[in-house]
Amino acid sequence: MTALVARALEAGYGTRAVLRGIDLELNPGRLVALVGPNGSGKSTLLRALSGLIRPTAGAVTLDGVDVATLSRATLASRIAVVPQSFDTLFPFTVREIVGLGRTARLGLFGRPSPADALAVARAILDQDLAALADRRLDALSGGERQRVVLAMAMAQDAAVLLLDEPTAHLDPAHQSGILRTVGGLARTGGVVALAVLHDLNLAALADRVVVLDRGKIVGDGAPAAALAADVVTRVFGPGLAVAQVSGRTVVLPG
Amino acid sequence: MRGAPTIAILVALLPLSVGAGILVGAVPLSPGDVLAALVGTADPSTTVIIRELRLPRVLAAALVGGALGVAGTLLQGLFRNPLADPYVTGTSAGAALGAVGVIALGSDLAATLVPLAAFAGALASALGVWQLARLGGRTTILTVLLAGIVLTSFASALVTLLLFASDRLALRLRAVLDILTGGVAVRATSEVALAGLIVACGVGLAIVLGRRIDAFAFGEETAATLGVDPERTTIAVIGAAALLTGAAVALAGLVGFVGLVVPHALRPIVGATHRTLAVASFFAGASALVLADLGARTAFAPAELPVGVVTGLLGAPFFLFLLVRARRREVA
Repeated sequence: MTALVARALEAGYGTRAVLRGIDLELNPGRLVALVGPNGSGKSTLLRALSGLIRPTAGAVTLDGVDVATLSRATLASRIAVVPQSFDTLFPFTVREIVGLGRTARLGLFGRPSPADALAVARAILDQDLAALADRRLDALSGGERQRVVLAMAMAQDAAVLLLDEPTAHLDPAHQSGILRTVGGLARTGGVVALAVLHDLNLAALADRVVVLDRGKIVGDGAPAAALAADVVTRVFGPGLAVAQVSGRTVVLPG
Repeated sequence: MRGAPTIAILVALLPLSVGAGILVGAVPLSPGDVLAALVGTADPSTTVIIRELRLPRVLAAALVGGALGVAGTLLQGLFRNPLADPYVTGTSAGAALGAVGVIALGSDLAATLVPLAAFAGALASALGVWQLARLGGRTTILTVLLAGIVLTSFASALVTLLLFASDRLALRLRAVLDILTGGVAVRATSEVALAGLIVACGVGLAIVLGRRIDAFAFGEETAATLGVDPERTTIAVIGAAALLTGAAVALAGLVGFVGLVVPHALRPIVGATHRTLAVASFFAGASALVLADLGARTAFAPAELPVGVVTGLLGAPFFLFLLVRARRREVA
């Protein structure tokens, strides 16, 4: 079973420390939501977990191996990242973009293997993009674009899926649609899935919520426990009401 | 592959352009003359015109256009922006400074050293632009263009300084003028052969790097999570662009807009993937510059215009047209 683990992790930019002692273990089977106020270090933690930035102390290990020792290509075949912003001025088609998910597995001259073609075709089908496959990214709606990025990440066939605000700029129906997809991958697909989420009510749909505040984990557990009223008030400030509505945790501006 | 039919057409177009370039000129020639000259049965003056003047010049123009098209593709991919090319990023200016510097030294080896010095100058300025454009973390096209303007001004100032300081350059004013105005000038056939070798390496690198540059289109961080090493790829792309720009500047000096317009115009037809775009840009750029040079040679015959004048006159309005169209689409 895949395990992505941070131990006593510290990281930052230049002399500015952002993460201050993170201990976190991620396993398949549960969709994990990472929440926290602006500037609490959510994106930095995602970067450190995906090996994009090196820890200043502590380590991130994937199945016991320090990610800092793995090559970019090896990392890409194990960890897929859905970035917060995804846009280009070039007229790439949906199929070409999903194909980018196979970049790490291509040979010197970049001919896709049958496995590459299969992974791309499957990701396109899974994300219901077949009818859009030859369309350009800029001809798609926000929800369709997000499915394209997700398909690209899925084509990586990685055991770990890290998503940075995958529901930003989407309407409520598409937000829960994306979370359903990712939740399905985590619960039945054997994928380690962690999503940075801004919206606490969306986070409450995850199986486990990790609360980050000023570079430290201050809550970790099932939504009802991690998003308890006292934690929410302490971390996000006063003026929020937490309620349980038909078994779900709901956070309202009070 | 989406661009295959277009590439086939462009490949077929190149021999036709080269043929036209050889046949048309101050002295009109027939295809029979050309064949006779090539197999060695033509009269001496025709043989000289074809073997030592027209053929090397047309091949040089093809290499320059092809190299600039591919270099433009690489730089546009690297900077994630369709407004970059060797000329506007200052890469060409750096190459010109290197070339003029070697001519100022007046070495007998100038023919061999010019491409190397041009490569070194192109490499230095492309690395400089990349570093300048990255200041503050995010690369925007504005910072790329501003860095290009800064480097171009600096390189031009140094070239002018060399012109005034070097006695030797006064004697080689024609060569310097060719470089600064963009004139295809072949001093020896070996120059074309050497440039051909360098361009072949550059195009080969572009083809190998194409898939990685595609991943760059969505930002360096996304490229990294897709398995591309951003630093190594950037260095390789800059190296390839510098090889191509250096070879082009060594043969023809500062020829503007080819590297910018060719990939930009082809992208809607062959698609955005950089490998296909690089191959299409090579053939389209080669044909375009052979024909532009044909125009430059014949417009005021027997006087010859530098081809840079033609690419500037045609390329600038065409680029403006593309810009306006892109803007309109943004608004619409």
